[in-house]
Amino acid sequence: MIKPHALAAASLMLACSLALAAPKGETQNDPLGSHNWSYMRKDLFPANARVVFDERVKVSAPLTAENPMNVPVSVDAAALPGVTEVLVFADLNPIARIVRFAPTGAHPGLGFRIKLQQSSPVRAAARTADGTWHVGGTWVNTTGGGCTLPSAGSASPEWQKRLGEVSSRVWERKEGGERIRLRIIHPEDTGLAAGIPAFYIQPLDLADAQGKPLMHIEGFEPLSENPVFTVDIPAARASTGYQVSGRDNNGNAISATIEK
Amino acid sequence: MSRSARSLVALFTLGWALLLAAADMNYDLRPVRIATDTWVLTGLSEDFSFKNGGNIVNTGFIVTPAGVLVIDSGPSRAYGEQLRRAIARITDKPVVMVLNTHHHPDHFLGNQAFAPDTLAALPDTIHGIHSEGGSFNENMYRLIGDWMAGTEVLAPAKPVTPGPMELGGHKLELIALKGHTGADLAIFDRSTGVLFAGDLVFHDRAPTTPHANIPAWQASLDRLDTLGFQVLVPGHGPVTLDAGPIRQTRAWLTWLDKALRQAAEDGLDMTEALAIDLPAEFRRLAVVEAEYRRSVGQLFPAYELKALSRSGRPAQ
Repeated sequence: MIKPHALAAASLMLACSLALAAPKGETQNDPLGSHNWSYMRKDLFPANARVVFDERVKVSAPLTAENPMNVPVSVDAAALPGVTEVLVFADLNPIARIVRFAPTGAHPGLGFRIKLQQSSPVRAAARTADGTWHVGGTWVNTTGGGCTLPSAGSASPEWQKRLGEVSSRVWERKEGGERIRLRIIHPEDTGLAAGIPAFYIQPLDLADAQGKPLMHIEGFEPLSENPVFTVDIPAARASTGYQVSGRDNNGNAISATIEK
Repeated sequence: MSRSARSLVALFTLGWALLLAAADMNYDLRPVRIATDTWVLTGLSEDFSFKNGGNIVNTGFIVTPAGVLVIDSGPSRAYGEQLRRAIARITDKPVVMVLNTHHHPDHFLGNQAFAPDTLAALPDTIHGIHSEGGSFNENMYRLIGDWMAGTEVLAPAKPVTPGPMELGGHKLELIALKGHTGADLAIFDRSTGVLFAGDLVFHDRAPTTPHANIPAWQASLDRLDTLGFQVLVPGHGPVTLDAGPIRQTRAWLTWLDKALRQAAEDGLDMTEALAIDLPAEFRRLAVVEAEYRRSVGQLFPAYELKALSRSGRPAQ
């Protein structure tokens, strides 16, 4: 007869091996040692997709973030060839997905700021043309609470009047090409603060003066209030001006011309 | 007794010993006499930690025939109570006034140890303690744990009027300034030449900036520089006989302001601003790396907004 605790141990081992089951070639252990990785793998990527940890995907963020409402993060996947899209997520955030972007002419990277509810790995998964997801990331420690606090904007009629207003500027880069930084007035409410529904920017498209696409961004709730984005444009796609358009989850349009 | 039972007893004893040590929560406060009637308790040049119990701040007191004036009450109720006992070991005069130089937690969370009607601060400091004290207090529990036992926010009821104040023969000047926070009180004792500068002045420790207004702070430093003090008590770091800490604080703020403005004007992302190399002259300041990171988080968005607003325009 099998003793009950031996049975329990066996089923636990079985459960663990099931949770960690993944397609061939995906045998590396999570370099960030997050107990939630296997669930991220299952929830965010198709079961048959190839997902590998890859240091070529760089995520820059402070090891200790003093303000959980405004944690700066920069992603750079330029060391990989042919990046088609990048998904940024934080394993231990109540809303894990932060932003998804598809560089259609822009440099395969993005700077932005996020709300973190607690210390968590912050990762970027870059999909290359062959369909493989390359995952890089870093731990960010924080005191927490970033996702369940109301935005400053949700309480202010003045901010509502300026909803969707875009400030921007273009710089020439020493390395060649240009840099665009833009800030959009939006509360980016997560829906996790009592009585304040989720209200956040979803699609955002950056194009050149002729309307040719440079970057598609899909935002999720954890982007910080009044989000600021940094996008680099390679010299070959530098333009006389740029345009940005998008909307939030309530259908409010965002549209602005970015002049030099 | 079996071997395992003995180990259990040993473990149990060790557990209790650790608990008792923790319950002791002894800041080992030793007031140092820096001038006639004037004593200072110098904190460590560190960040808040479970180890230091938040004793990173300078507090002080002036003993006069009319009673004792206390300047800042420390980071916790336990600190305040131990400060009160340290004072009682030196004088039997009662504490007649406790001044909170500004509304940051390490300067007022010891208030509970003193009679409520002795507590006083600038009106905006009192307002700041009412509005932000609760979240500061919660955060301190996270940062230093059990040292905070029993600590609650006790805001002074008495607003101080800036200007001359006499206490037991000491000719004091209460100077209302701002820049480190929206209300910073400096206390200058003309009778002894001692200046309690509060957190307008840091010494060999990088300044903190959660409520900083750098131009206002610089103007306040200029004002302190003209007072002709003989002894300078900074809010954090060792006491000096010269204006060195004022110059040091001014140099840091000047560099920080310039570096962050330049970073924003050059189009740096916040993660890139965080990665800027600190000049060699500041590297010897305690906790400078951590404070720089905090300052970027606190101050960079405003510089960034200014840099972006220049040419940015809303859609038509």
